[in-house]
Amino acid sequence: MSAITTLVVGIISAALVNNVVLSQFLGICPFLGVSRKTSTAVGMGTAVICVITVSSCITYFINVYILGEKYSYLRTIVFILIIAGLVQSVEIILKKKMPSLYKSLGVYLPLITTNCSVLGVAIDSANNGYSFAETMIYSVGTAIGFLIAIVIMSGIRENIEDNDIPEAFKGMPIVLVTAGLMAIAFVGFSGTM
Amino acid sequence: MLTEIIIAAAVIVVISVIVGIALGFLSQKFKVEVDPKEQKIRECLAGSNCGACGYAGCDSYAKAVAEGTAEPTLCNASDKVKIGEILGLSLSQGERMVAYVKCAGTNSTSTMLYDYFDEHDCRICYMAPKHGPKGCGFSCCGFGSCQDVCPEGGIKIIDGVAVIDRESCQGCGSCVSVCPAHLIELIPYSAKYMVKCSSHAKGKDVKSVCSVGCIGCGLCARVCESGAITIENNLAHIDHSKCTGCGKCAEKCPAKIIVKL
Repeated sequence: MSAITTLVVGIISAALVNNVVLSQFLGICPFLGVSRKTSTAVGMGTAVICVITVSSCITYFINVYILGEKYSYLRTIVFILIIAGLVQSVEIILKKKMPSLYKSLGVYLPLITTNCSVLGVAIDSANNGYSFAETMIYSVGTAIGFLIAIVIMSGIRENIEDNDIPEAFKGMPIVLVTAGLMAIAFVGFSGTM
Repeated sequence: MLTEIIIAAAVIVVISVIVGIALGFLSQKFKVEVDPKEQKIRECLAGSNCGACGYAGCDSYAKAVAEGTAEPTLCNASDKVKIGEILGLSLSQGERMVAYVKCAGTNSTSTMLYDYFDEHDCRICYMAPKHGPKGCGFSCCGFGSCQDVCPEGGIKIIDGVAVIDRESCQGCGSCVSVCPAHLIELIPYSAKYMVKCSSHAKGKDVKSVCSVGCIGCGLCARVCESGAITIENNLAHIDHSKCTGCGKCAEKCPAKIIVKL
Protein backbone atom coordinates (compact mmCIF):
# COMPACT_ATOMS: atom_id res chain seq x y z
CA MET A 1 0.00 0.00 0.00
CA SER A 2 1.23 3.43 -0.80
CA ALA A 3 1.69 5.97 1.96
CA ILE A 4 -1.41 7.94 0.93
CA THR A 5 -3.63 4.85 1.03
CA THR A 6 -2.32 3.92 4.47
CA LEU A 7 -3.03 7.44 5.67
CA VAL A 8 -6.59 7.55 4.34
CA VAL A 9 -7.46 4.03 5.43
CA GLY A 10 -5.92 4.61 8.87
CA ILE A 11 -7.85 7.83 9.47
CA ILE A 12 -11.16 6.40 8.24
CA SER A 13 -10.68 3.29 10.30
CA ALA A 14 -9.90 5.28 13.47
CA ALA A 15 -12.56 7.95 12.89
CA LEU A 16 -15.52 5.92 11.67
CA VAL A 17 -15.07 2.15 11.99
CA ASN A 18 -13.53 2.20 15.45
CA ASN A 19 -15.17 5.45 16.51
CA VAL A 20 -13.79 6.33 19.92
CA VAL A 21 -17.13 7.23 21.45
CA LEU A 22 -19.59 5.01 19.65
CA SER A 23 -17.72 1.73 19.39
CA GLN A 24 -14.98 1.97 22.02
CA PHE A 25 -17.11 3.89 24.55
CA LEU A 26 -14.31 6.21 25.61
CA GLY A 27 -14.93 9.88 26.35
CA ILE A 28 -18.65 9.43 26.98
CA CYS A 29 -18.70 12.10 29.66
CA PRO A 30 -17.87 15.13 27.48
CA PHE A 31 -19.88 13.49 24.67
CA LEU A 32 -23.02 13.71 26.82
CA GLY A 33 -22.09 16.78 28.83
CA VAL A 34 -20.99 19.24 26.17
CA SER A 35 -23.26 18.26 23.27
CA ARG A 36 -26.13 20.58 24.10
CA LYS A 37 -25.21 23.22 21.53
CA THR A 38 -23.44 22.72 18.22
CA SER A 39 -21.13 25.69 18.76
CA THR A 40 -19.75 24.38 22.05
CA ALA A 41 -19.58 20.86 20.63
CA VAL A 42 -17.38 22.09 17.78
CA GLY A 43 -15.21 23.98 20.30
CA MET A 44 -14.79 20.89 22.46
CA GLY A 45 -14.10 18.69 19.43
CA THR A 46 -11.40 21.00 18.12
CA ALA A 47 -9.79 21.32 21.52
CA VAL A 48 -9.73 17.54 21.81
CA ILE A 49 -8.09 17.24 18.38
CA CYS A 50 -5.29 19.60 19.44
CA VAL A 51 -4.73 17.95 22.81
CA ILE A 52 -4.86 14.36 21.52
CA THR A 53 -2.41 15.09 18.71
CA VAL A 54 0.13 16.84 20.91
CA SER A 55 -0.23 14.45 23.85
CA SER A 56 0.12 11.27 21.79
CA CYS A 57 3.18 12.78 20.12
CA ILE A 58 4.84 13.44 23.49
CA THR A 59 3.71 10.19 25.08
CA TYR A 60 5.09 8.25 22.10
CA PHE A 61 8.59 9.56 22.73
CA ILE A 62 8.32 9.07 26.47
CA ASN A 63 7.10 5.52 25.94
CA VAL A 64 9.84 4.61 23.49
CA TYR A 65 12.84 6.41 24.98
CA ILE A 66 12.11 6.53 28.71
CA LEU A 67 9.74 3.73 29.69
CA GLY A 68 10.42 1.09 27.08
CA GLU A 69 9.14 -2.46 27.52
CA LYS A 70 10.61 -2.87 30.99
CA TYR A 71 8.60 -0.14 32.66
CA SER A 72 5.45 -0.47 30.56
CA TYR A 73 3.40 -0.78 33.76
CA LEU A 74 4.16 2.89 34.44
CA ARG A 75 2.35 3.98 31.27
CA THR A 76 -0.98 4.92 32.85
CA ILE A 77 0.36 7.12 35.61
CA VAL A 78 3.05 8.79 33.51
CA PHE A 79 0.66 9.46 30.63
CA ILE A 80 -1.89 11.01 32.98
CA LEU A 81 0.82 13.28 34.37
CA ILE A 82 1.83 14.35 30.87
CA ILE A 83 -1.75 14.93 29.69
CA ALA A 84 -2.68 16.96 32.78
CA GLY A 85 0.45 19.10 32.44
CA LEU A 86 -0.16 19.55 28.74
CA VAL A 87 -3.77 20.64 29.14
CA GLN A 88 -2.69 23.11 31.81
CA SER A 89 -0.02 24.61 29.61
CA VAL A 90 -2.39 24.82 26.64
CA GLU A 91 -4.77 26.68 28.91
CA ILE A 92 -2.09 29.10 30.11
CA ILE A 93 -0.91 29.83 26.58
CA LEU A 94 -4.43 30.22 25.19
CA LYS A 95 -5.38 32.59 27.99
CA LYS A 96 -2.57 34.92 26.96
CA LYS A 97 -2.43 34.46 23.21
CA MET A 98 -6.04 33.79 22.20
CA PRO A 99 -8.36 35.14 24.91
CA SER A 100 -11.43 34.83 22.68
CA LEU A 101 -10.88 31.11 22.06
CA TYR A 102 -10.05 30.65 25.74
CA LYS A 103 -13.33 32.31 26.67
CA SER A 104 -15.43 30.28 24.24
CA LEU A 105 -13.89 26.99 25.41
CA GLY A 106 -14.36 28.04 29.01
CA VAL A 107 -14.58 25.16 31.44
CA TYR A 108 -14.25 22.50 28.71
CA LEU A 109 -10.55 23.06 28.34
CA PRO A 110 -9.56 21.80 31.81
CA LEU A 111 -12.24 19.11 31.41
CA ILE A 112 -10.18 17.54 28.62
CA THR A 113 -7.79 16.33 31.34
CA THR A 114 -10.46 13.90 32.45
CA ASN A 115 -11.44 12.91 28.92
CA CYS A 116 -10.50 9.25 28.87
CA SER A 117 -10.26 9.15 25.08
CA VAL A 118 -7.03 11.18 25.33
CA LEU A 119 -5.47 8.65 27.67
CA GLY A 120 -7.09 5.83 25.72
CA VAL A 121 -5.39 6.85 22.48
CA ALA A 122 -1.98 7.19 24.15
CA ILE A 123 -2.21 3.81 25.89
CA ASP A 124 -3.72 2.04 22.89
CA SER A 125 -0.98 3.11 20.53
CA ALA A 126 1.69 2.20 23.10
CA ASN A 127 0.17 -1.24 23.71
CA ASN A 128 -0.20 -1.94 20.00
CA GLY A 129 3.42 -0.96 19.37
CA TYR A 130 2.62 1.60 16.67
CA SER A 131 5.40 3.46 14.94
CA PHE A 132 5.51 7.23 15.19
CA ALA A 133 3.65 7.76 11.90
CA GLU A 134 1.03 5.18 12.85
CA THR A 135 0.58 6.79 16.25
CA MET A 136 -0.02 10.18 14.68
CA ILE A 137 -2.50 8.80 12.12
CA TYR A 138 -4.31 6.85 14.81
CA SER A 139 -4.54 9.78 17.20
CA VAL A 140 -5.66 12.34 14.60
CA GLY A 141 -8.22 9.86 13.25
CA THR A 142 -9.57 9.12 16.71
CA ALA A 143 -9.83 12.81 17.53
CA ILE A 144 -11.69 13.47 14.27
CA GLY A 145 -14.00 10.60 15.18
CA PHE A 146 -14.71 12.28 18.50
CA LEU A 147 -15.47 15.56 16.74
CA ILE A 148 -17.81 13.81 14.28
CA ALA A 149 -19.67 11.98 17.04
CA ILE A 150 -20.10 15.00 19.31
CA VAL A 151 -21.18 17.32 16.48
CA ILE A 152 -23.78 14.83 15.17
CA MET A 153 -25.01 14.35 18.72
CA SER A 154 -25.37 18.08 19.34
CA GLY A 155 -27.27 18.53 16.07
CA ILE A 156 -29.71 15.81 17.08
CA ARG A 157 -30.06 17.22 20.57
CA GLU A 158 -30.85 20.70 19.26
CA ASN A 159 -33.69 19.21 17.24
CA ILE A 160 -34.88 16.98 20.07
CA GLU A 161 -35.57 20.12 22.11
CA ASP A 162 -38.52 20.99 19.83
CA ASN A 163 -40.05 17.51 19.87
CA ASP A 164 -42.90 16.25 21.97
CA ILE A 165 -41.09 13.72 24.15
CA PRO A 166 -42.92 11.64 26.79
CA GLU A 167 -42.33 13.05 30.26
CA ALA A 168 -40.32 10.02 31.42
CA PHE A 169 -37.84 10.35 28.54
CA LYS A 170 -37.16 14.06 28.84
CA GLY A 171 -33.57 15.14 29.41
CA MET A 172 -30.83 12.54 29.77
CA PRO A 173 -32.88 9.37 28.99
CA ILE A 174 -33.69 10.40 25.43
CA VAL A 175 -30.07 11.47 24.93
CA LEU A 176 -28.82 8.05 26.03
CA VAL A 177 -31.33 6.31 23.75
CA THR A 178 -30.13 8.52 20.89
CA ALA A 179 -26.50 7.69 21.67
CA GLY A 180 -27.36 3.99 21.60
CA LEU A 181 -29.05 4.31 18.22
CA MET A 182 -26.06 6.24 16.88
CA ALA A 183 -23.73 3.49 18.09
CA ILE A 184 -25.85 0.90 16.26
CA ALA A 185 -25.72 3.03 13.11
CA PHE A 186 -21.93 3.27 13.35
CA VAL A 187 -21.67 -0.53 13.45
CA GLY A 188 -22.64 -0.26 9.77
CA PHE A 189 -19.17 1.14 9.01
CA SER A 190 -17.46 -2.04 10.17
CA GLY A 191 -19.56 -4.13 7.78
CA THR A 192 -20.10 -6.95 10.26
CA MET A 193 -23.14 -8.04 12.15
CA MET B 1 14.14 -5.76 42.68
CA LEU B 2 14.71 -2.76 44.93
CA THR B 3 16.61 -0.92 42.25
CA GLU B 4 13.69 -1.42 39.87
CA ILE B 5 11.31 0.18 42.33
CA ILE B 6 13.69 3.06 42.89
CA ILE B 7 14.12 3.59 39.15
CA ALA B 8 10.35 3.54 38.61
CA ALA B 9 9.82 6.03 41.42
CA ALA B 10 12.64 8.20 40.12
CA VAL B 11 11.16 8.24 36.61
CA ILE B 12 7.83 9.50 37.94
CA VAL B 13 9.42 12.03 40.26
CA VAL B 14 11.64 13.39 37.51
CA ILE B 15 8.75 13.64 35.05
CA SER B 16 6.51 15.39 37.58
CA VAL B 17 9.25 17.81 38.51
CA ILE B 18 9.87 18.60 34.84
CA VAL B 19 6.15 19.10 34.22
CA GLY B 20 5.91 21.25 37.33
CA ILE B 21 8.85 23.44 36.37
CA ALA B 22 7.56 23.78 32.81
CA LEU B 23 4.14 24.83 34.06
CA GLY B 24 5.62 27.31 36.51
CA PHE B 25 7.79 28.77 33.79
CA LEU B 26 4.85 28.99 31.38
CA SER B 27 2.58 30.66 33.90
CA GLN B 28 5.29 33.25 34.55
CA LYS B 29 5.95 33.84 30.88
CA PHE B 30 2.30 34.00 29.85
CA LYS B 31 1.04 35.89 32.85
CA VAL B 32 -2.20 37.73 32.21
CA GLU B 33 -2.53 41.01 34.06
CA VAL B 34 -5.77 41.15 35.96
CA ASP B 35 -7.28 44.58 36.30
CA PRO B 36 -6.54 45.58 39.93
CA LYS B 37 -9.89 47.34 39.93
CA GLU B 38 -11.60 44.04 39.21
CA GLN B 39 -9.90 42.42 42.17
CA LYS B 40 -10.87 45.24 44.51
CA ILE B 41 -14.49 45.14 43.36
CA ARG B 42 -14.54 41.39 43.81
CA GLU B 43 -13.56 41.89 47.44
CA CYS B 44 -16.60 44.13 48.01
CA LEU B 45 -19.04 41.45 46.84
CA ALA B 46 -20.58 38.84 49.09
CA GLY B 47 -18.94 35.93 47.30
CA SER B 48 -21.85 33.54 47.58
CA ASN B 49 -22.27 33.32 43.77
CA CYS B 50 -26.05 33.59 44.08
CA GLY B 51 -26.48 34.89 40.54
CA ALA B 52 -29.14 37.48 41.43
CA CYS B 53 -27.24 40.14 39.44
CA GLY B 54 -27.72 38.11 36.27
CA TYR B 55 -24.05 37.16 35.88
CA ALA B 56 -22.56 33.69 36.20
CA GLY B 57 -20.97 34.45 39.54
CA CYS B 58 -19.29 37.11 41.65
CA ASP B 59 -16.10 36.93 39.57
CA SER B 60 -17.80 37.60 36.26
CA TYR B 61 -19.94 40.36 37.75
CA ALA B 62 -16.82 42.05 39.20
CA LYS B 63 -15.21 41.83 35.76
CA ALA B 64 -18.25 43.36 34.07
CA VAL B 65 -18.36 46.21 36.59
CA ALA B 66 -14.64 46.89 36.19
CA GLU B 67 -15.07 47.03 32.42
CA GLY B 68 -18.03 49.33 32.81
CA THR B 69 -20.47 47.01 31.03
CA ALA B 70 -22.60 46.36 34.12
CA GLU B 71 -24.45 48.60 36.55
CA PRO B 72 -22.39 48.77 39.74
CA THR B 73 -25.47 48.58 41.98
CA LEU B 74 -26.90 45.20 40.98
CA CYS B 75 -25.58 43.32 44.00
CA ASN B 76 -27.69 43.84 47.11
CA ALA B 77 -25.12 42.22 49.33
CA SER B 78 -22.18 44.34 48.22
CA ASP B 79 -20.46 47.26 49.86
CA LYS B 80 -21.78 49.80 47.36
CA VAL B 81 -20.03 52.83 48.88
CA LYS B 82 -16.66 51.13 48.50
CA ILE B 83 -17.42 50.05 44.92
CA GLY B 84 -18.31 53.68 44.22
CA GLU B 85 -14.93 54.79 45.62
CA ILE B 86 -13.10 52.30 43.41
CA LEU B 87 -14.95 53.42 40.31
CA GLY B 88 -14.81 57.11 41.23
CA LEU B 89 -18.57 57.39 41.48
CA SER B 90 -20.67 58.37 44.44
CA LEU B 91 -22.97 55.48 45.19
CA SER B 92 -25.15 55.33 48.25
CA GLN B 93 -25.35 52.10 50.15
CA GLY B 94 -29.12 51.99 49.93
CA GLU B 95 -31.04 50.10 52.52
CA ARG B 96 -30.08 46.56 53.42
CA MET B 97 -32.88 44.29 52.33
CA VAL B 98 -33.66 40.95 53.92
CA ALA B 99 -36.11 38.25 52.92
CA TYR B 100 -39.14 37.60 55.08
CA VAL B 101 -41.65 34.74 54.98
CA LYS B 102 -45.19 36.07 55.30
CA CYS B 103 -46.78 32.95 56.76
CA ALA B 104 -47.08 31.69 60.34
CA GLY B 105 -49.21 28.64 59.62
CA THR B 106 -47.23 25.77 61.12
CA ASN B 107 -48.43 22.19 60.89
CA SER B 108 -49.90 22.51 64.39
CA THR B 109 -51.74 25.80 63.87
CA SER B 110 -53.25 24.83 60.50
CA THR B 111 -56.05 22.44 59.73
CA MET B 112 -54.64 19.59 57.65
CA LEU B 113 -57.01 18.50 54.90
CA TYR B 114 -55.25 15.37 53.64
CA ASP B 115 -51.99 13.43 53.70
CA TYR B 116 -49.55 14.49 51.03
CA PHE B 117 -47.33 11.74 49.60
CA ASP B 118 -45.84 13.26 46.46
CA GLU B 119 -42.41 14.74 45.85
CA HIS B 120 -41.13 16.89 48.72
CA ASP B 121 -40.77 20.00 46.59
CA CYS B 122 -42.87 23.14 47.09
CA ARG B 123 -43.30 23.70 43.36
CA ILE B 124 -44.88 20.26 42.96
CA CYS B 125 -46.84 20.45 46.20
CA TYR B 126 -48.27 23.78 45.00
CA MET B 127 -50.10 21.96 42.19
CA ALA B 128 -52.00 19.80 44.69
CA PRO B 129 -55.55 20.81 45.76
CA LYS B 130 -55.51 23.92 47.99
CA HIS B 131 -51.78 24.28 47.13
CA GLY B 132 -50.88 21.60 49.64
CA PRO B 133 -52.30 19.71 52.59
CA LYS B 134 -52.75 22.79 54.78
CA GLY B 135 -56.30 24.10 54.74
CA CYS B 136 -55.21 27.63 53.85
CA GLY B 137 -54.62 28.09 50.14
CA PHE B 138 -52.08 30.89 50.76
CA SER B 139 -49.84 28.99 53.15
CA CYS B 140 -46.23 27.83 53.12
CA CYS B 141 -45.89 24.32 51.67
CA GLY B 142 -42.98 23.71 54.01
CA PHE B 143 -40.86 21.52 51.74
CA GLY B 144 -37.99 23.95 51.66
CA SER B 145 -37.50 24.90 48.01
CA CYS B 146 -36.30 28.25 49.39
CA GLN B 147 -33.95 26.40 51.74
CA ASP B 148 -32.39 24.61 48.77
CA VAL B 149 -31.68 27.76 46.78
CA CYS B 150 -30.41 29.92 49.66
CA PRO B 151 -26.68 30.44 49.03
CA GLU B 152 -26.12 31.36 52.69
CA GLY B 153 -27.95 28.36 54.14
CA GLY B 154 -29.96 30.75 56.29
CA ILE B 155 -33.41 29.23 55.82
CA LYS B 156 -34.81 26.52 58.04
CA ILE B 157 -38.15 24.71 57.92
CA ILE B 158 -39.56 24.69 61.42
CA ASP B 159 -42.79 22.72 61.91
CA GLY B 160 -43.81 23.14 58.27
CA VAL B 161 -42.99 26.83 57.81
CA ALA B 162 -39.86 28.39 56.36
CA VAL B 163 -38.04 30.68 58.78
CA ILE B 164 -35.32 33.00 57.50
CA ASP B 165 -32.37 34.02 59.65
CA ARG B 166 -32.29 37.74 58.92
CA GLU B 167 -28.74 38.16 60.17
CA SER B 168 -27.24 35.83 57.57
CA CYS B 169 -29.59 36.96 54.75
CA GLN B 170 -27.78 38.89 52.00
CA GLY B 171 -30.96 39.96 50.22
CA CYS B 172 -30.15 38.20 46.96
CA GLY B 173 -33.80 37.31 46.36
CA SER B 174 -33.23 33.73 45.18
CA CYS B 175 -35.88 32.45 47.59
CA VAL B 176 -38.35 35.16 46.56
CA SER B 177 -38.37 33.94 42.99
CA VAL B 178 -38.47 30.23 43.83
CA CYS B 179 -41.43 30.30 46.26
CA PRO B 180 -44.48 29.15 44.27
CA ALA B 181 -46.86 30.75 46.77
CA HIS B 182 -45.06 34.14 46.60
CA LEU B 183 -44.84 34.25 50.38
CA ILE B 184 -41.35 35.69 50.60
CA GLU B 185 -40.76 39.41 50.29
CA LEU B 186 -37.65 41.54 50.53
CA ILE B 187 -38.17 44.04 53.32
CA PRO B 188 -35.81 46.69 54.73
CA TYR B 189 -33.58 45.39 57.50
CA SER B 190 -34.77 48.31 59.63
CA ALA B 191 -38.45 47.31 59.41
CA LYS B 192 -39.87 46.91 62.92
CA TYR B 193 -43.14 45.07 62.42
CA MET B 194 -44.46 42.69 59.79
CA VAL B 195 -47.79 41.02 59.07
CA LYS B 196 -46.91 37.34 59.10
CA CYS B 197 -49.71 36.23 56.80
CA SER B 198 -50.51 36.34 53.09
CA SER B 199 -54.10 35.13 53.09
CA HIS B 200 -56.55 37.12 51.02
CA ALA B 201 -59.43 34.92 52.15
CA LYS B 202 -62.35 36.35 54.15
CA GLY B 203 -61.99 36.41 57.93
CA LYS B 204 -64.32 33.52 58.59
CA ASP B 205 -62.61 31.26 56.05
CA VAL B 206 -59.21 32.11 57.50
CA LYS B 207 -60.36 31.33 61.03
CA SER B 208 -61.69 27.93 59.98
CA VAL B 209 -58.36 26.70 58.61
CA CYS B 210 -55.66 28.56 60.55
CA SER B 211 -55.48 29.88 64.10
CA VAL B 212 -52.80 32.46 63.26
CA GLY B 213 -54.09 34.07 60.06
CA CYS B 214 -54.93 37.72 59.31
CA ILE B 215 -58.71 38.06 59.25
CA GLY B 216 -58.65 41.55 57.82
CA CYS B 217 -60.53 43.09 60.75
CA GLY B 218 -58.82 46.45 60.39
CA LEU B 219 -58.14 47.07 64.10
CA CYS B 220 -54.48 47.64 63.39
CA ALA B 221 -55.23 50.23 60.72
CA ARG B 222 -57.44 52.09 63.21
CA VAL B 223 -54.91 52.21 66.06
CA CYS B 224 -51.97 53.11 63.82
CA GLU B 225 -51.11 56.76 64.45
CA SER B 226 -48.93 57.23 61.42
CA GLY B 227 -51.41 55.71 58.97
CA ALA B 228 -48.90 53.11 57.85
CA ILE B 229 -51.33 50.20 57.80
CA THR B 230 -53.85 49.60 55.06
CA ILE B 231 -56.20 46.68 54.57
CA GLU B 232 -56.19 45.42 51.02
CA ASN B 233 -58.21 42.42 49.99
CA ASN B 234 -58.74 41.20 53.58
CA LEU B 235 -55.06 41.48 54.44
CA ALA B 236 -53.25 44.09 56.50
CA HIS B 237 -50.20 45.66 54.91
CA ILE B 238 -47.58 47.81 56.64
CA ASP B 239 -45.89 50.62 54.74
CA HIS B 240 -42.35 50.56 56.15
CA SER B 241 -41.62 54.12 55.06
CA LYS B 242 -44.38 55.41 57.36
CA CYS B 243 -44.13 52.91 60.23
CA THR B 244 -42.66 54.43 63.41
CA GLY B 245 -42.39 51.14 65.24
CA CYS B 246 -44.70 52.09 68.13
CA GLY B 247 -46.04 48.54 68.34
CA LYS B 248 -49.69 49.44 68.99
CA CYS B 249 -50.87 47.32 66.04
CA ALA B 250 -49.13 44.23 67.39
CA GLU B 251 -50.75 44.83 70.78
CA LYS B 252 -54.23 45.15 69.33
CA CYS B 253 -54.12 42.39 66.70
CA PRO B 254 -56.67 39.75 67.77
CA ALA B 255 -54.95 37.00 65.81
CA LYS B 256 -51.50 38.11 67.07
CA ILE B 257 -50.26 37.98 63.49
CA ILE B 258 -48.44 41.32 63.47
CA VAL B 259 -45.04 40.42 64.88
CA LYS B 260 -42.03 42.38 66.06
CA LEU B 261 -38.92 41.55 64.05
